[in-house]
This record gives sequence, structure tokens and C-alpha cells, in this order.
Amino acid sequence: MSVVLETLNLQRSFGALMVTDNVSLSIPVGARHALIGPNGAGKTTLINLLTGVLSPSGGSVRLDGEDITGVGQAARVKRGIARTFQINSLFRNLTVLDTIALAVAERSGIGWSIWRPANSYRSVRDECMEILTRLGIADEALRQISELAYGKQRLVEIAVALGLRPRVLLLDEPAAGVPSMESGRILEVLAELPSDIAILMIEHDMDLVARFANRITVLVAGAVLTEGAPLEVMADERVRSVYLGEALHG
Amino acid sequence: MTAEARSAQAGYAGATRYRWYEAVPFIVAIGFYFAMPDYLSLGSRILIFVLFALSLDLVLGFGGIVTLGHSAFLGTGAYVAGFIGAYSPVSDPIIQLLGAVLAAGLVGFLTGCIILRTKGLTVIMLTLAFAAILLELANKASAITGGTDGLSGIQVAPIFGRFEFDLYGQTGYLYCLGVLLVAWYLVRRLVHSPFGTSLTGIRDNASRMHAIGAPVYWRLVAAYSISAAIAGAAGALLTQINQLVGLDVLGFEPSGEVVVMLILGGVGQIYGAFLGPAVFLVLQDALAKQFPEFWYLGIGIGLLFVVWYAPTGLIGLISRVARRWGRP
Amino acid sequence: MNPVSDLAASLISIGFYGISYAMILYVISVGLSITMGMMGFVNLAHGVFAMAGGFVLSICLARYGIPFPLALAAAFLSVSVASVALERGLYARFYGAGELTQVLFSIGLIYVAIALARLEFGTQAAPIMLPDYLKGQVKILGHDFPTYRLFVIVFGFAIAFALWIAIEKTRFGAFVRAAVDNRAMAQSIGIDTRRLFTLTFALGSGMAALGGALGADVLAPQWNYPLEHLVYFLIVVSVGGFGSLHGPFVAALLIGIADTLGKYWFPEFGAFLIYAATIGLLLWRPHGLFGACS
Repeated sequence: MSVVLETLNLQRSFGALMVTDNVSLSIPVGARHALIGPNGAGKTTLINLLTGVLSPSGGSVRLDGEDITGVGQAARVKRGIARTFQINSLFRNLTVLDTIALAVAERSGIGWSIWRPANSYRSVRDECMEILTRLGIADEALRQISELAYGKQRLVEIAVALGLRPRVLLLDEPAAGVPSMESGRILEVLAELPSDIAILMIEHDMDLVARFANRITVLVAGAVLTEGAPLEVMADERVRSVYLGEALHG
Repeated sequence: MTAEARSAQAGYAGATRYRWYEAVPFIVAIGFYFAMPDYLSLGSRILIFVLFALSLDLVLGFGGIVTLGHSAFLGTGAYVAGFIGAYSPVSDPIIQLLGAVLAAGLVGFLTGCIILRTKGLTVIMLTLAFAAILLELANKASAITGGTDGLSGIQVAPIFGRFEFDLYGQTGYLYCLGVLLVAWYLVRRLVHSPFGTSLTGIRDNASRMHAIGAPVYWRLVAAYSISAAIAGAAGALLTQINQLVGLDVLGFEPSGEVVVMLILGGVGQIYGAFLGPAVFLVLQDALAKQFPEFWYLGIGIGLLFVVWYAPTGLIGLISRVARRWGRP
Repeated sequence: MNPVSDLAASLISIGFYGISYAMILYVISVGLSITMGMMGFVNLAHGVFAMAGGFVLSICLARYGIPFPLALAAAFLSVSVASVALERGLYARFYGAGELTQVLFSIGLIYVAIALARLEFGTQAAPIMLPDYLKGQVKILGHDFPTYRLFVIVFGFAIAFALWIAIEKTRFGAFVRAAVDNRAMAQSIGIDTRRLFTLTFALGSGMAALGGALGADVLAPQWNYPLEHLVYFLIVVSVGGFGSLHGPFVAALLIGIADTLGKYWFPEFGAFLIYAATIGLLLWRPHGLFGACS
């Protein structure tokens, strides 16, 4: 399988603190990859490095074999890297439809359109409705984000990313804060995503990881502890002591 | 921001058709023309500040950029229209107006490129600083601006070569109303466009807009430049109506007052920019001269009241009452 | 007089006036920097406290004949106490509110304050009757310096030093630094941030009053003081960097000296140089000289 996204010896420090320590990852087309690790392991920092929010202190990020380390955030989105946020990061005052439409509009290059009314772009609206239908929240299209239940807001987070038609999707704890009954719904949604999208998911819920991922990377103190198939990784003594011990406490 | 006000405004699901109440400001303005012929100079001043407040609403209400230096653009427009009228053979008011719009838009673009790189208090400080710089420039370059005496000798020909500016201010009033109508149409289209919707997105959550690949900085620079251009038009009208430009157009007073007017009227809803200046300037005309202390006290308490109880301003209060009324 | 010693004399004089002006700016603005950094509150009404300090000093000296040092203390104390009431009653409700809300709220306060000042004191600047021992000149190394300016400089440095001790060496200071760094973290380790905010706010407002009183002879207390000097206070704070203690000190020195220099040598440019330099500096460092980069 060909690799879409990879990092080579990626490093990032804040002052004396090494938050990302020589991380080399490679995400092939259609990957279902999970990134786990205790709190403060540098998982979200890694996503910020991949999306260009932060620039690395060393190492490189490559997309389709091309070095994109110096490429800005917006340009990376245009090349097909989309992300969701750990804490809902949406637009309180907009409707669900408008929220997703913002993403679809940017992707289809009409964000600068200054004259034609937004509601005359039928294709944008249709595409949004199609995504919402796929995620089972089409009924909520015209409601304000702030009126939505938390779990549904998590689905909107994913819908926004899908509006960008990503080739690589970075999910930062997609089920964070969602009651376990509803997290099943999120997993269903993820399972139905097109198989050619490469997905890298940060997650705490081991059950979710086990059901979703076919490959797991464990990050501890910014560095890769181990990487492998789920069963292998979960059987690893070091992982059990570092990660599972932490999960019990936290 | 009330849910209703917001969803009726922007967006892909929103309604763009015109409602009857959107004509109210213009009907009132025409009614005023016939009913109050002696107050047309106050009327023109109100129309000009509505235009100025509308320009501010674009950046403050929709873009979320807090500025206390918008008089930089009002002043640029006023002086450029004045320069054209005083020093060039061009006395056509429309050309003077367009010159002012272009110049103010350009100043908006250049300063916006700098200001919008920063955040928070620094943005506010830089907007103040740029306005103060322009004021200093105008003050020192008294050879061309007239300094504290003001710029006079501005030639303004009849509009379209036919309608002369008369002593009673009738032509001036209708001219201001016409320019306002055009600007209102432009702003309304812009707010309902994908560009306008993306501005709302940036105001609500800029980092999310970055994450969906929107060029946030350039969007804001564009909105700031357009807003500056409209403020420049307001400045040009001020010059043409008074045929005089004073340094005070670049001072803090117009910048601060237009923010107060917009907030009183209601921010981010277009029509707040109509109501706020009307109420403010009528009250100011009635009170400020005789009781300046109580006038300032009144503005201060009014602002605190709005911040505390009515964040959507007078427009918000009206729509709340209207909704309760419509639903017995 | 030869031109070299002429130049030297004017440089010394500019430096002297510049530094004394800088100390006034610093003492007024340092509180704003801390409240900005710690509470993230965009308090444009900070100048109101400085104006109040100037008025209190004027009343104490002119109406009641209170000795100058006591009048300074009265300005500090009365404004601190009054600001606690303001903080508890009004400001605290707008922590965490949007920037626009805070700006509007503080502009509202400015308008109320200038209206009250005008009602009470009219449109004239309040008289400042300096005691005789601050009036004359002091001769140092063959140069005459106004005693009052010298006093301002010494006092300003003493305040800066005292604040540095208070923030770097005391328990209260450690709390303040922790809260500026990370408010949530400070709260989670058991710092009573509500009380800390109130105390810091009172201290910051008191400092502004002290600065306003100290500088009353230079920046005269009059009704539109909070608007007139707003830009300068903001420049000091943004150039210095929010939440920093030495930032405003360095920024005030730079601005005080540059402003005096500009007015002395290039009076035709007015305040232009200061604004241009500020904009240039913020282009180079958007977070100010000592601000934390987000």
C-alpha cells in the first residue's frame, strides 16, 4: 500500500520540554491507525504538527512523498489533510448546515464569492445535506449548534471535516465526553467512511480503539514506545504498565 | 446575538428575500424630508453617520474586529474629497466621492495588513495609533489641509450636472440618502454571500476557520478594506455637505461615538447601524449643548445598560417585543 | 559654549525629562499590564484611576493643605479601596466575556467618569500646589535639574524595585505569576483566584492613582484625561508585553525618552515618531518586547 502521510524524525520542543521526540510515522492509503498514550504524551501536539498549526523544531512531514514541512495550515487542508478537535470547536451562532457549508465552500473555492447569495449555491447545500444524511443528523440541519446535544455536536465535528473531502483525516478523540452508549454511533459513522480515506485517530477509550484500528502507535513522553497490530500492542508489557496503569488512575 | 437575528441574516440556509420592515428606515427617511424641512442638516448628518456605522458593522459586527480608529477612514475620505474639490478642476460630486472611496479603501488595505497581524488589545491600540498618526499628519501639513482652520474653498458642482446643493440642504439630504441606499444594498449582498458567512465564522471561531483551510487573515483584510472604503464615502459626504473639512473628522470623537452608536443600535444586524445613529444624534442635538456633563453621563450609563441587559441593542429589544407581540 | 558641550547639555536634559516622564507612564501602566496578563481583561478605563489619583492629590493639597507625601498615600489608598468595589460589583461580571463586551463596558465607565469629573471640577485642569521643597532646582555636576522631576525619577525607580520584590520574592507574587502563566492551573492547585484578582486589581488601580498623582504636574488632572492619554498607556502595555513586569518598565523608558527627544528635536513631527516606532516594533514582535508568545 502506498503511503500518504509520513513523518521523519519529527521533533518539537517548548523551551526545555521535548513534546515531540523523534517521531516517525507512516500512514498508508486507507489506514485505520490509532494513536494512544497517557495524558501529556504529546498526541495533540503531533496533530498540530501534522496540520501545520505548529512548526516542528526538527524533522519533516511528507504528503505523497513530498515535503510539506514548510507548508501553511490552509494549504495543507487544500491538499487533503483535515482534522477534528478534541473539544467541540464549532460556530455557536450558526446552523448545522451553515457550519458544514463553510467547509464545503472553502473546499470548492467559493469562500471569496462576495456578490451571489450563499443560499443560491444549491450544490453546496445538497452536498451538506448528503453528508448530514450519511451521519444520520439531517433532521438537525437548520438548528443552531448551541442547541444541539453534545454527542450530536461531535458528529458535526466529523461532518465539517468530511465537507473538506479529505484524503487524510485526523480525529482528535472523536468520542471525548460522549456517553458510552452514544460513542457506538460515532464508531458506526467512522466504519462507514470511504475506505480510501486514511484515518489517524487519537483515542483514550481502548474499547473504541480495539474496534476501530488495525494499527496502533503508542506515544509516551513525546516518543514512540511501540507500534504494531492491536493485539500485539495490547499484549505488550510496557504498554500495559504505562498506558493501562494510567487509564486506571485517570 | 439572538438565534433569530443570526439565522435570518447570513448563511446557506438563510432567507435572502426582502422583508417589509427592511424598507422602514428609508420610508422614515423620506417622511422626514417632507415633515421636517428645517432639520435637514441634522437629517443629513444622521444619514452620514448611518453610513459610517454601517461600515463599522461590517468589521465589528460581522468580522469581530474591535476598532477605535475608524475615523481614520472617515477623515481620509473627507480630506481626499476636499482636496479634489479644492485643488483640482474636478468638481463633480460623484467623482469626488469615488476618489474618496478609493483612497480610504487603500488606506484601509495598507493599515489592515499591519493591524490584523495582531490580536486583542494590540489591535485596538494600533487602530487608535493609525488614526492618531493621520491626525498628526493632517495637523502638520496645514499648507494643504488648512490645519486647525480647516480646508475650505471646496468646489462641488451640481449632482449629475443638474441638482445643485441648495441652502436648505434638500439636495444634500437626498444625495446622502441615495448614497446610503447604494451602500446598504452592497453591504446586504456582501453579508448574505459566502464571503459574509465566512466572516461570521471567523468572528465566532477563527481557529476553526483556519482548520477548514480559509485564508482568515486575507478575509479580514478584505473586509477591513471594504469597510474603510464605505467609511471614506461617509467622509466625502460630510465634506460635500459642509464644503469644509475640519481636523475633528480624524479625532477620537467620531471613532468612539460611532462605536457607541452601533452598539446602542445593535451590532452585527445591519439595521442596528440605522437606529443607533438616529437615536444618538437626535438626543445629542437636544441635550449635548445645554447639558454636556449629563450627556456624557447618559452615554456612559446607556452603554453599561446595553452591555449588561441588552447585548443586541435597541434592534434586539424591538425584535424581542415584536416576537412577544406576534405570539399572543 | 561650544557645539559639543551644547549637544551634551541638551542630551542630558532630554534624558532627564524623558526618564521622569517614563516613570510616570510606568507607574500608571504597570497595573494595566498585570490585569491584562492575568485576567485577560481589556480595561480601557485604566486611565480613570490615574485621573482620580490626580484629583485626590489636588484636593488634598489645595483644599485641605495635607502634606504632599500623605496626599500621595491618600490617592493610592482611596482609589484602591474604590476600585475593589468596582471590581466586585462590575468588572468581575465581565471576566471571560468577549473582548468587545469588555471594551464597551470600559468605554461606558470612561464616559461616566469624565461626566462626573466635569460636573465636579469643570473643564479647567485641577491646580497642583507642590510643596516648596519640590519646587526649586538641584545642581548636579554643573547642571540644574528641577527638584520635582528628580523626585519623580527616584520615586519611580523605588516603586519598580518594590514591585519587583513583591512579585518575585513574596508568596502573593508567586500566586500572581502562577495566575498570569496559567489561570486554570493556578485555580487547580488551590489558589483563590477571585481574591487574587481583586487584590491585584486594587493594587494595579492604586498604582495608576499613584502615577496619576505623581505625574499631576506633567499630565494635569482634567476631565478628559482618561481619553486623552489612553493611547500612551496602551502603547506602553502593548510594547512591553502583557503580563510582564519589566516589559512596561523598559517600554515606558523607551517611549518616555523617544517622545521627549522627538518633541525637542523634531517638534514638527509631534507624536508621529512614537506612533510609527510603536507600529514598527509591533510588526517585528506582535506580542511586545517581553510578552509571552501564544
